[in-house]
Amino acid sequence: MASVPLQQAMILAILLFALGLAGVIMRRNFVFMLMSIEIMLNATGLAFIIAGSRWGQADGQVMFLFILTLAAAEVAVGLALIIRLRHRLDTLDSDAANLLQG
Amino acid sequence: MAQTIWLIPALPLVAAAVLMLTGGRLASRSVAVVGVGAVGLSACIATIIAIGFMRAAPAGDALSVTLWHWMTIEGFAPTAGLYLDPLSLVMMLVVTIVGFFILLYASAFMEGDEGYSRFFAYMNLFVAAMLVLVLADDLLFLYVGWEGVGLCSYLLIGFWYRDAANGLAARKAFIVTRVGDTGLMLGLFLLFTQLHTLQIQPLMQAAAQTWPQGSSFASLAALLLLIGACGKSAQIPLQTWLPDAMAGPTPVSALIHAATMVTAGVYLIARTHVLFALAPAVLLAVAAIGAATLLIAAFAALNQHDIKRILAYSTISQIGYMFLALGVGAWSAAIFHFMIHAFFKALLFLSAGAITMRLHHEHDIFRMGGLANRLPVAFWSFLIGSASLAALPIITAGFYSKEMILSAVWTGGGQVPVLWAAGVITAFVTALYIFRAVFIVFFGEAHTEVTGRDLVRIVLPLVVLSVLALVGGFVETPGLFGGVTLFTRFLASVFPPTPLPNGQAEGLLLAVAVLISLSGIVLAWRLYSRPAPQFLAWTRQPAIIAWRHFFLSGWGFDWLYDRLFVQPFLALVQFNRLDAVDSFYTGLAILARWLHRLLHDSQTGRIRWYAGCLAAGSIVTLAVAVLR
Repeated sequence: MASVPLQQAMILAILLFALGLAGVIMRRNFVFMLMSIEIMLNATGLAFIIAGSRWGQADGQVMFLFILTLAAAEVAVGLALIIRLRHRLDTLDSDAANLLQG
Repeated sequence: MAQTIWLIPALPLVAAAVLMLTGGRLASRSVAVVGVGAVGLSACIATIIAIGFMRAAPAGDALSVTLWHWMTIEGFAPTAGLYLDPLSLVMMLVVTIVGFFILLYASAFMEGDEGYSRFFAYMNLFVAAMLVLVLADDLLFLYVGWEGVGLCSYLLIGFWYRDAANGLAARKAFIVTRVGDTGLMLGLFLLFTQLHTLQIQPLMQAAAQTWPQGSSFASLAALLLLIGACGKSAQIPLQTWLPDAMAGPTPVSALIHAATMVTAGVYLIARTHVLFALAPAVLLAVAAIGAATLLIAAFAALNQHDIKRILAYSTISQIGYMFLALGVGAWSAAIFHFMIHAFFKALLFLSAGAITMRLHHEHDIFRMGGLANRLPVAFWSFLIGSASLAALPIITAGFYSKEMILSAVWTGGGQVPVLWAAGVITAFVTALYIFRAVFIVFFGEAHTEVTGRDLVRIVLPLVVLSVLALVGGFVETPGLFGGVTLFTRFLASVFPPTPLPNGQAEGLLLAVAVLISLSGIVLAWRLYSRPAPQFLAWTRQPAIIAWRHFFLSGWGFDWLYDRLFVQPFLALVQFNRLDAVDSFYTGLAILARWLHRLLHDSQTGRIRWYAGCLAAGSIVTLAVAVLR
């Protein structure tokens, strides 16, 4: 199997992470923000896989499984919060949830 | 017998604690029973102990009971102990018996006041503290009582605290007496560091052995104690608080500011008379302060128109007599006058209260008038008190005590005839000012209508004190009037004998005393009973009016102290508002507020902004970690 060069694979992971971060900062809709966070998590997972395959270690895949579990739990909590906010504020706009401003 | 002495101060203390803890939830009847009963009970115990003491004097003519050891530090082990000798016995009897009758009177006088329970709590606390003061065998324990009575005085002057003026008078009394207390405290420090004990009897022996006559340490210690005594006893220069202290209820003025607390300074000097005898210069200062005070206060009393202020200045003046007697070494004469003064001044205050409570609390003597027929009980008791104060010859007690002081001053202060002259002139002015009040209040036209009726609890104390103010003097009479010396013989184990004149000088002095007193009364009758038009015209001259205002204000001492101490102090305070120490801490506060504003703007409440900041922060941290 032809191996992907480490550097290119890492650039892909960084790009994915940056896209996710940009999505979190720029999108105002909570659902899209949650999806962007998922992208960021996947980017991190990808980075672990690449590193694991580069050094031939199983740790990278183990970490990816952890991240997968974490992402599932995070989505469960995040969606519940979004539903509560939707009930309270009648909107999914994250900027409307600014009651704690100083 | 000796083991029960502690009950005497303890009973009023327990009553005070009970009344304070119940906090006004008791019915006013039970408050009166507790408040008056406790002092009555301790008066009974005091009387029983006194009778036992006089029948069979204990060894050394003194009883000493150690209650407990206060603390034990290396070289310093003060005890809380009681010491009963003839001097403290006299003080204890006066405090408990006069105190009981004043409290009995107060139970009717204060009826219906919302602070009825609070009043009796403070009064009982006062009696307890005063008894600690007179019975203490250690100067430190005495100081506890000394501060206790000062506190109660403050609380009771400001008893009707809703009127801001009363609170001001209370603060003034507290602060002015505090000046004296500081002197006393420094005196105690000096005595302890030099003589290593504060127990009064060993202290006096040590002082007499260690310090020669007129040594500078003895003089300094005596001077510091004298400052304390001046503050408490309202003598010049610390006398300004007493006239304002009349803001308190009348029974308070009678008990605290006439009969007992203000004479604590006299007691202190008499108690430490061995020390004062070692400092002749200070003793002369005591006499000079007494002479100046009695003269100044008597002229001030002559021009007051508030009945209680007349009596207040009169108290200052009479305590001046006691100081004068102490200053010439006539210790027992001072204590004799203290006792008689407690009787007639308490009587005067109580009858003044009996008048004002029937006249809608009118205090101005020019708005009274013609009360002799309408208030016979108050009239007769006030008249008896005035006669005793004016030293009406032979029949009143005041005559014997004042005569004793004047003859002692004549012999003891022979080098300084000014002292005797001041005493005699004041005796004349005293008769004049008090009978001025009598004629204006009880004779002439009526100005205010009388309401209410005489209560038994008001009349009984007046009658008892009237009898005491008349016959109390027969325990000590001059040679020409029987030569009874019960009082001085009783105090002989405490005080050295007072040299008194005999033969021709005695007769001459008696004649002067009789003449002075009678002429004062007659002049008062001529001037104030039916004032002649010439006299009225004379009093209305501008120069005379200016003098009258000067005397009315108590010789302008308040004005002077306001300029000398209060204003500079306030100016200093004003200046000090922006001082350097403060500005550092204010600067800290300003910096904190400024930083707060800076961060405050970053807290937008927008989650995207936070996420962005988090990312930026992580990037910066990573950059620092990687590129370093």
